[in-house]
Amino acid sequence: MDDAATLGTPGAALENCVISVDVIRKSFGDSHVLRDIRFAVEKGETVAIRGPSGIGKTTLLRLIAGIDTAFEGEIRRPDAMAIVFQEPTLLPWRTVSQNITLVHPELDRDSARAALEKVGIGDKADLFPGQLSLGQQRRLSLARAFAARPDLLILDEPFVSLDPLLAEEMLTLTEALIREYRPATIFVTHDADEAARLSDRILTLGGAPATLV
Amino acid sequence: MNVRLASLIGLLLLWIAAAWIGNDPEVLPMPGALLSPFWAELASGTLPYHLAMTLIRVLWAFALAMAAGVTLGLVMGLFPRVDAWLDPWLVVFLNLPALVLIVLCYLWVGLNETALILAVTLNKIPNVTTIVREGARALDPDLKAMAQVYRMPRATYLRHVVMPQLAPFVAAAARSGVAVIWKIVLVAEFLGRSSGIGFQIHLYFQLFDVVHVLIYSLSFIAVMLLVEWTMLQPWERRVRRWRTA
Ligand SMILES: Nc1ncnc2c1ncn2[C@@H]1O[C@H](COP(=O)(O)OP(=O)(O)OP(=O)(O)O)[C@@H](O)[C@H]1O
Ligand SMILES: [Mg+2]
Repeated sequence: MDDAATLGTPGAALENCVISVDVIRKSFGDSHVLRDIRFAVEKGETVAIRGPSGIGKTTLLRLIAGIDTAFEGEIRRPDAMAIVFQEPTLLPWRTVSQNITLVHPELDRDSARAALEKVGIGDKADLFPGQLSLGQQRRLSLARAFAARPDLLILDEPFVSLDPLLAEEMLTLTEALIREYRPATIFVTHDADEAARLSDRILTLGGAPATLV
Repeated sequence: MNVRLASLIGLLLLWIAAAWIGNDPEVLPMPGALLSPFWAELASGTLPYHLAMTLIRVLWAFALAMAAGVTLGLVMGLFPRVDAWLDPWLVVFLNLPALVLIVLCYLWVGLNETALILAVTLNKIPNVTTIVREGARALDPDLKAMAQVYRMPRATYLRHVVMPQLAPFVAAAARSGVAVIWKIVLVAEFLGRSSGIGFQIHLYFQLFDVVHVLIYSLSFIAVMLLVEWTMLQPWERRVRRWRTA
């Protein structure tokens, strides 16, 4: 690992790192949003990212996920990644089980079924997502994320627009799934409770341009 | 379906009323008066031959215009740089009268099949392109991001994420496409071919034979309605199935 020095972390820890992030600069046109953000996450470790609205949390996640590649710096990420957005982001024109098998071609119908069972919607495999309740759609989004045992899981405020009861239910489910599959997890949240409950470590963004504080 | 039938019967009654009031079979014959000449044209094989010629041309122009239009629309919708360059062309072609393109194609390519199909295709491409471009611009960026993070294979992405989003636009383009294309094909046949429904209409127009003009027009309209109801509409319903499930 030749980037050990630039990351400033002990070499031993880096061996286990699933993802290492080194963002020197990220800007949209003239607005400089992020600077000098460095951290790494180990297998099985859960890291929460917090910070005020508009600071650049989603921007950072999009860099980490590889959705946005226009930045200065380097990010090393594994091949097997999963993401859960604020919205379920499903394919409404494909069935519930196809929503898993199309995204993970290596899985057959039975494994997809098993993944759905895990989140409690095993009986909905042949419906279209539009026929599910909002809570069930989010469960499907979680099932899709965990189905292929990702090395890295990314969540962007996954429970933010839910009513408290549903949010609690989803949080419990996510907690259980993370404990079972143990991916490296990076998630953004506003909620201090949520951060404390799910994460081993909390990173806070602050300043302008934003960096870790 | 019942409303549709009743509405068509209403049209027929209107025709009968107009023919009765006009009382001149040379100008507007009764619907019944078309039957025996229709059978004669059908039995002699003349009607089927010209109908088939026109249908083949419609099919060719439709397939070519859809293929080119969908490709162009996708590219222009996805790449704003290409769009900026090609958009003015699109506006020019959209506003070019069908007649001008037909005449120019006949003059430049010659009075042959290629010229006809080229003219009709060029007439339709801008329209398909515009509709599909709207679809490509409206592609959901969140689904794209999702597909990217999960490393969805490219072919799967096109087939299961992009195409279903484009399908309503392609279906709309196809339906308006068929409707416009067959009309332009008739004009092009009228002007420069020696076969097809348009040619037959030209022939009987010169003889002032209203009965045969109506027979050829109505047969073709009937065929196109059949295509619309038995193929295009069911297909559109199928691609929309998930919405109504
Ligand atoms: N595509 C873009 N073009 C221009 N500016 C952008 C773009 N995306 C984000 N920004 C700007 O970058 C900054 C950070 O936005 P970001 O969405 O990352 O904030 P956030 O921390 O996720 O906020 P929230 O907690 O409200 O979701 C904001 O000032 C935003 O206006
Ligand atoms: Mg955000």
